[in-house]
Amino acid sequence: MSSTTIQAIFDDDDVLLRAVKNLKDAHYHIEEVFTPFPVHGLEKAVGLPNTRIAITSFIYGLIGLSFAIWLMDYTMITDWPQNIGGKPSFSFAENMPAFVPIMFELTVFFAAHLMVITFYMRSKLWPYKKAENPDPRTTDDHFMIEVSTANDVKSLEDLLKKSGAKEIKTKA
Amino acid sequence: MYSFSKRLKLSALVLMLLGALGIAYGFLNTPHTTAQVKELMQQHTAENHEATSTQATPNEAEATAVSEESELNHALHGLQNRPYTAVYIAMFFFFMIALGTLAFYAIQYAAQAGWSIVLFRVMEGITAYLLPGSLFILGFLILMAINGLHYFVWMNPELYNPQSEHYDEILMAKSWWLNVPFWMIRTFIFLLGWNFYRYFSRKNSLAQDQATDLVHYKKNFKASIIFLVFFIITESIMSWDWIMSLTPHWQSTLFGWYVFASLFVSAITVIALVTIYLRAKGFLPQVNDSHLHDLAKFMFGFSIFWTYLWFSQFMLIWYANMPEETAYFTPRLLGPFQILFMGMLASNFVFPILVLMNSDYKRIPWFIILTGIVILLGHYVDIFVMITPPTVGNHWQIGIPEIGAVCFFLGLFIYVVFNALTKAPLQAQGNPFMKESEHYHY
Repeated sequence: MSSTTIQAIFDDDDVLLRAVKNLKDAHYHIEEVFTPFPVHGLEKAVGLPNTRIAITSFIYGLIGLSFAIWLMDYTMITDWPQNIGGKPSFSFAENMPAFVPIMFELTVFFAAHLMVITFYMRSKLWPYKKAENPDPRTTDDHFMIEVSTANDVKSLEDLLKKSGAKEIKTKA
Repeated sequence: MYSFSKRLKLSALVLMLLGALGIAYGFLNTPHTTAQVKELMQQHTAENHEATSTQATPNEAEATAVSEESELNHALHGLQNRPYTAVYIAMFFFFMIALGTLAFYAIQYAAQAGWSIVLFRVMEGITAYLLPGSLFILGFLILMAINGLHYFVWMNPELYNPQSEHYDEILMAKSWWLNVPFWMIRTFIFLLGWNFYRYFSRKNSLAQDQATDLVHYKKNFKASIIFLVFFIITESIMSWDWIMSLTPHWQSTLFGWYVFASLFVSAITVIALVTIYLRAKGFLPQVNDSHLHDLAKFMFGFSIFWTYLWFSQFMLIWYANMPEETAYFTPRLLGPFQILFMGMLASNFVFPILVLMNSDYKRIPWFIILTGIVILLGHYVDIFVMITPPTVGNHWQIGIPEIGAVCFFLGLFIYVVFNALTKAPLQAQGNPFMKESEHYHY
């Protein structure tokens, strides 16, 4: 049994959101939605699972913090002991306040950069990558829903039309 | 319309009564002679087996133990100050919650915020405590100015007499600012200005309920902007006058902001707690989880902001290591206040950051209540560590006078706030952003 993929173009985000809800209510399988900007509430309507990027960010932050602690201890205490603020104690614990800004900055640096890199890898984005969106208008002012159905293409098209689709075509 | 439940009213009154007894006990139990102090200290060392060897010197750095008698005298002054300090800390703590709420309320108006309108009456209820709180503070400061206790050490006239052995050149140079009449005038202006804004904005907010146009709303918008300018200047000066001047040789340009951070995070926490209480009783049907989420985000954010300022003030002084500046941190970081000073970092920073980091936890009422209580205790300790070292000194305790004072002002706070909440409908009408606030969805 072969399934057909229908592409429907919309020109308003509110109409798009309602169409997505109608499709979900009718138990159609939404393959993908292409939008030129983030549409508020769309991810809930499509039923995407919650993002786990926040957890990765927390872990990256901890890695950055640990790296900063190791870096400061190695460079300022172990390898070349420094007299910090006129307090030549040469102990990490007693000089810790001086390292807090570095610990903070590296935590933020690691969390932010590694999170962005993770995001790019997860969305399969890299330089010179060919665009995957089927219609260039979805980067400008149009929205597209890709729905697949195994049977009854006609009723799906009717539903999409009723929901306000400007243009409907079957994916080649 | 909210009605003050009998049980809550009774608990407030019981708290006030118990608190008043605790305060009275504190005043009646102060030692009068150095002999009594000696006895007390011997009892204390016998109980604890550890003499306080670290020399934290309140007020004047030159007070290093010259003789046992002068040290005992010093301890006597500290112990005589203790009940006053207990009252002052609790008084200021609840006052600053009302003041911080007023600032938060003004920011909502000035920023034309849409989400928070359903919480306006809750905030107005909390700021109702501003007037009684101000009167207590004013009464206390007038008492301190006239009673000759030299609770604020710079009030001692001997310091400004070149013939006296106590003559202090540094304080002489500061005396154009730190003198009792000017200090009292400033205090009066601050309290008057804050209370005037509170009176004016509440009046307009109530009038807007019946109004058909936006004239009262617009008045409040303008008044809020003026108030915020006035507030941020006067709040800073207030913190120098009421708290920083307890250690008159020491100064920090960051102190005003530091007190502000403490004041603001405590205020937002109390807004959240009162909101959760009223919502649980069913009086705030329009408040949804997203409103709570936003309040919890503010609690989280301002806890980090407080830590940032705490650290900024500490790190520079620690690094530069100049005696006139480190005098402030010596009793706190290394002396007998160490446990409180480091402990409040755990309750004001580590605990909120770990508990409230997860987005979902910011929507669970009991998580917010738990964190809120820890944050409030932490900021009480923060104020305690600001005020106690220069007034009470090494022999600090958190005992009946301190707990009594907190109970008294907590009872008064609950009574005034919840009484004010019954005075007007809990949903403000006529605000142009009301609709947005009702439908607020994060």
